[in-house]
Amino acid sequence: MADSRIINTTLIRDAIVQLIHEASFQLHPETRTTFIQMRDTEESGIARQTLDTLILNDDIAKAEQVPLCQDCGSVVVFLEIGQQVIIEGEQLNDAIHDAVAHAYEKYYLRKSIVADPLQRVNTGTNTPSFIHIDMVQGDKLGITVYLKGGGSENMSSLHMFRPTASEDEIIDYIVQTVRDAGPNPCPPLFLGVGIGGTADVAMLNAKKAVLRKPGSFHPVDYYRKLEEKILHAVNDTGVGPLGFGGRNTAAAVYIKEAATHIATLPVALNLNCHSLRYRGTIL
Amino acid sequence: MKPVEIHTPLDQQTIKNLESGTMVALSGTIYTARDRAHQEFQKLLEAGKPLPFDPSGQVLYYAGPSPTPRGKVIGAVGPTTSYRMDPFTGLMLEAGIRGFIGKGKRSQQVREQLVQWGGVYFATFGGAAAFLHTRVVSSRLIAFPHLGPEAVYMLEVADFPIIVVNDIYNGDLYESAISG
Ligand code: SF4
Repeated sequence: MADSRIINTTLIRDAIVQLIHEASFQLHPETRTTFIQMRDTEESGIARQTLDTLILNDDIAKAEQVPLCQDCGSVVVFLEIGQQVIIEGEQLNDAIHDAVAHAYEKYYLRKSIVADPLQRVNTGTNTPSFIHIDMVQGDKLGITVYLKGGGSENMSSLHMFRPTASEDEIIDYIVQTVRDAGPNPCPPLFLGVGIGGTADVAMLNAKKAVLRKPGSFHPVDYYRKLEEKILHAVNDTGVGPLGFGGRNTAAAVYIKEAATHIATLPVALNLNCHSLRYRGTIL
Repeated sequence: MKPVEIHTPLDQQTIKNLESGTMVALSGTIYTARDRAHQEFQKLLEAGKPLPFDPSGQVLYYAGPSPTPRGKVIGAVGPTTSYRMDPFTGLMLEAGIRGFIGKGKRSQQVREQLVQWGGVYFATFGGAAAFLHTRVVSSRLIAFPHLGPEAVYMLEVADFPIIVVNDIYNGDLYESAISG
């Protein structure tokens, strides 16, 4: 049997505090480059000015240590825990919630979480966070922190297709959803598409999809082409940056597929706003 | 495109000159209000009580800023999605408010109410909240402190960048974007 490795939750806690900080105050350099490329393809004054403003926003957030967006998000935490890892210290969920509360206080981030969906009292700490754990091989622990704003989350969508549905039917549904959402989710979007699995798996994959290494392509040729096709179709809507009109309604489309039942074909959409905030590390 | 410069409170003539798609630089006082603050406003008005500020010709900003770091005037302060305030907009217009700043589409009913009362709906740059914080000169909490980020703040802004979405002529920038 392979040797086990002990990781204390204080390490996990410190890592999460730092990842929240990095994600909240600066875009990934690749995301910024994408904004510049989109700006250069726009003709209308408003579209160009909007993208310039988003680039400037990144500069100011970093220089003045003011968050990129006032909606500092729900904190979604993805852990990939190697089977040889032994976690020591606090209860794992508590350590994560602690890290979130600490980071949101320390960095003056807005606390947007209410304890109950109907009674709606703000917890004042931005906790609980939403934690997803996958067990993997090895003795490492991967952490990804993903900050998701409410306006963009509200435009999420799930459709259960017939298993015989065509690619075009799926594309039409995606285009219609993006057009209907229009300006609401703050385009240009990073559009996560979860295809297959069960309904819940598709939705989760739509989130995981946008966490793909910035600027990278889908490893499967078929899906890489489908992503391109969807991107073109979505950009033909004319919604444009922040819905003011233009060529760039989505910055990228990311598909994450999964096996599914013979009777089902779930398609889930995560209309992530231009403020794509996540960071990851491996312990 | 050079923006049109306007000041709050908005007068009739200013509003008449604003057409869907016009870029505007707004200066003066504006008031933040989100979902919960609108509920509180509604309660006050229904009880025959005044709002916490004089609403005539004033502008509401659908926003809940992030906490103010030490030494700063305000934290990040971008717009929230406006449709959630649709059910309250008629009442706000009736009370005297004439401008609304947010992001995203409004209902058909709100568009009709804007035409009826002579009000304007503006969008600002959603998610550019760090940038927008540089256009706020001062901020003061004036009502409902228990609501935290959803409290009402009086903001003094200078050249705050906004775009006319819905004017008093039933124009809609977002609609023109996808039909053009
Ligand atoms: S949709 Fe994204 S960018 Fe827009 S306000 Fe919400 S979190 Fe910020």
